[in-house]
Amino acid sequence: MAQVEDKQAQGPQGPYNWPSRKDSKVIGKNHERMDGIEKSTGAAKYTYDVNLKNQLIAKALGSPHAHCRINGIDTTAAEKVPGVVHVHILPHAEAGSEIKWQGELLAIVSAESEGAAAEGVDALKVDYEVLDSFTSDSDLKGAEEAGVTARGGGKVQTVNEPGDDDDEDEWVDAEIERIFKESKHIVEGYYGVDAITHCCLEPHGSTVAWEGDKLKAYLSTQNVSGTDEGFANDLEISADSVDVECTYVGGGFGSKFAPDYWGIAAARISKETGRPVKLMLSRDQELKLGGNRPSGYLQVKLGADADGVVQVWDSHHWGTSGVSGSGVSHTVVPYVLVPPNYRRKATAIRTNLVRARAWRAPNHPQACAITQTAIDDLAASMGKDSYDVFMANLANANNEKAEVYTEEMKIGAKLIDWKAKWHPHGKGDRNGSVVEGLGMALHTWGGVANTSECTVKIHPDGGVSSFCGTQDIGSGTKTVCAMVLAETLGLSTNQVTVNYGSSTYPFSGASGGSTTVGAVSESHRRAATDALTVLKGKVAEKIGADAGTLVASDGRIHVAGDKDKGLGWKEACGLLGLKPLEITRGHTRGDASPLSNSGVGGVQMAHVCVDLDTGVVKMKEFVAVQDQGLVINPVTCKSQIYGAVIMGIAAALYEQRIADPATGALLNAELADYQLARLGDIGDIKIELYEPESERQRGVIGNGEPPAISPIAAISNAVANAIGARVSTAPYTPQRVLEALKNA
Amino acid sequence: MSASYENTDGFNRRAFLKGSGAVAAAASLHQQASEVSAADSKEVVSGSKKITLNVNGEDVSVEVEPRTTLLEALRYQLDLTGAKPVSMDGSSGASTVLINGKPKMASTTLAIACRKKKITTVEGLGTEIPKAFVEADAQQCGFCTPGFIVAVTAFLDKTPDASNDEIRNGLNGNICRCGTYSNVIDAVTNVVKGG
Repeated sequence: MAQVEDKQAQGPQGPYNWPSRKDSKVIGKNHERMDGIEKSTGAAKYTYDVNLKNQLIAKALGSPHAHCRINGIDTTAAEKVPGVVHVHILPHAEAGSEIKWQGELLAIVSAESEGAAAEGVDALKVDYEVLDSFTSDSDLKGAEEAGVTARGGGKVQTVNEPGDDDDEDEWVDAEIERIFKESKHIVEGYYGVDAITHCCLEPHGSTVAWEGDKLKAYLSTQNVSGTDEGFANDLEISADSVDVECTYVGGGFGSKFAPDYWGIAAARISKETGRPVKLMLSRDQELKLGGNRPSGYLQVKLGADADGVVQVWDSHHWGTSGVSGSGVSHTVVPYVLVPPNYRRKATAIRTNLVRARAWRAPNHPQACAITQTAIDDLAASMGKDSYDVFMANLANANNEKAEVYTEEMKIGAKLIDWKAKWHPHGKGDRNGSVVEGLGMALHTWGGVANTSECTVKIHPDGGVSSFCGTQDIGSGTKTVCAMVLAETLGLSTNQVTVNYGSSTYPFSGASGGSTTVGAVSESHRRAATDALTVLKGKVAEKIGADAGTLVASDGRIHVAGDKDKGLGWKEACGLLGLKPLEITRGHTRGDASPLSNSGVGGVQMAHVCVDLDTGVVKMKEFVAVQDQGLVINPVTCKSQIYGAVIMGIAAALYEQRIADPATGALLNAELADYQLARLGDIGDIKIELYEPESERQRGVIGNGEPPAISPIAAISNAVANAIGARVSTAPYTPQRVLEALKNA
Repeated sequence: MSASYENTDGFNRRAFLKGSGAVAAAASLHQQASEVSAADSKEVVSGSKKITLNVNGEDVSVEVEPRTTLLEALRYQLDLTGAKPVSMDGSSGASTVLINGKPKMASTTLAIACRKKKITTVEGLGTEIPKAFVEADAQQCGFCTPGFIVAVTAFLDKTPDASNDEIRNGLNGNICRCGTYSNVIDAVTNVVKGG
């Protein structure tokens, strides 16, 4: 982790804090996304849109086999295709190499046009030796027989402890058995979530060019400040010799942190040909290689007391994150609601599928979906209202947020009218063949502020600009930066120029883990606060006031409570003389700060309709109540939640990566086949930002991830409530709903 | 490369689209190629040729091969990069443009099939709908947004008084991965109310 350099040798430092709700002029007020017009008129230039003079278009051949050996690649015909300039065989595809997943890129053809590059790829002749593959990630028995399983971790926690003479395993068996015997209610269940792909609409890729020994890389990335090193390490040059640029990125949900080997290859091809090279993955390559979320399948037995509070949990889960094994971490099972006694075990399955990449809230959505469904089944078996059983189980909340969840549940229930609409599982009114149901789930996340540094420059003519190597992945980061600067300096957002998206700017951490809003709020607030202190000193001297009494508001620096006693912004900046004032400040991830924090909760509730004849599930209503400390821009904050919920609807009802068990081929790696939610599929979504003073006082916390966690579980529970049976595995497709009804 | 739009006996129509990248849309492309051939009384073979397209009200010259899609011509020769290459089979709607006022996927349309037609890209539309998108924050990463803007334009031309149900049923050709649909519904609703 990069450390913020100590550039604070001169100049003021703090104190740093946020204005109260009452005193805030900009923060906490809805502010339009500042790059919105560029995006919606087509003026915004994404990596894919950067076309450099004399550039080559590169396209790659991917392995059609999930497991094979490459005996050789004949490039002769490809090289003869008119317009083809260069053919590059990737190092991992040299003769004799073993390829372990479908889609892995083997060779890259660079040409004068897309057509010529694609024709060149078609002309490559590869001698493959097809090998056996295993991709059936839900099939634990089959995986064991194939010898592709490994222990994925586990833990036992009990209130009582074994005696010194006890055999620990035997004692645990007996103790868990004993608690089950004492349990008033017992539920056994099987729950699963299939793997999904990131499916960024702008695929992974870059346009690269050398200027002498310096590499300029336009890269679709969530990690502007960190990827210059990624290029530099592989190309054996210094990070100073690489400029990474990314003002707009067309989707990044945890998969775009590195140049990737195809980015490195593009740079090598560019060097060899002396021409800029554009290499973007094709759609099927994006779905096959561009990142996926591990699958998770869980068998569980739980025991609860008379009130439905779970006292004991015994589970085994498995799944795959691809060729390296691994899967859903055991550490988040059971999820949030962790009973005093539990035994959890995970098994990792190695498959002939590309390695998973971090997907929005790694591990949490699956953990939530495969465990809080069991809580809902407990309510069903007791014939009790799921809301009441979840409320009772807040006694087991493992993150000291039970009170917040309680309030959020109350708000959610009111918004969805839970008490009026709820009915016992499978006992609702039928409207023709359609039944309705309600379900809920809750989640947790960190959202700590990442390391970030910002330079604020105030010019003698009053101009203000900031420089920070962060990126705006669509969450509204640019707007947040401008709002923080404007609030701090008493200006409006159109009086500040926010510069970001270049690795030449001060370091700012990758956008992953919901860490960006905290990061940039920290660095921009700090730099602007200290710059203002310098300016206040100059104004104080000029007007003969005590600098400590001065405030910046409405475009003036003046004595608090006396607008007339002060100077206009431009006049104040004129006191700087000829040289602009330049201050760099930052925050290091993990340092305690009054400006940011970590640890959020969140409650979500779903209302669905299910057609018992066709098995089709439709969203009717969805409620998300989310805390995230202090909210800088409510409108973009809410948009994050809408987006997270809609992604969750897609994962719950539509999307799944389907591999052919016989060949390992991915069968739906095109958008016509890879089903995502469409505009008509989402029902009515209601968002509530939970921001009482107690939350606001905590400072800024990221919210990109948390609201993406609960949707699958909430929707699963709503479907179960509607039809009176559990559809075990997401996505809850018509076929699976009909099977669950048949087996019920 | 020389232009060669000539009659050729035994010409294999499949060959000339080699490398068009739009494999999934091959049937549609062959249909377009046949129409072009019929109109010119000539077979479309290979090589590149200068043609004139009418884009956003202006006649512009582009050099295309028979396999060149409209999307490629717009993006690589005219620097009109609003229409996006998301799915070459057109199932994402990201490359939506208007051809003679109707929404079409530029990714599954051959440039040569667009001669004498009026092509309008997102860059050639007004700002009323983009502004409504900004006001409703109907965009996140924004990569799908231009396609939505064009689709909404065509939808509202046809259905200016669209009801909520009509909006929800009429805009399902475009995919947004970030999940801005709720905001898009708000944006379109606001345009309908304002209009």
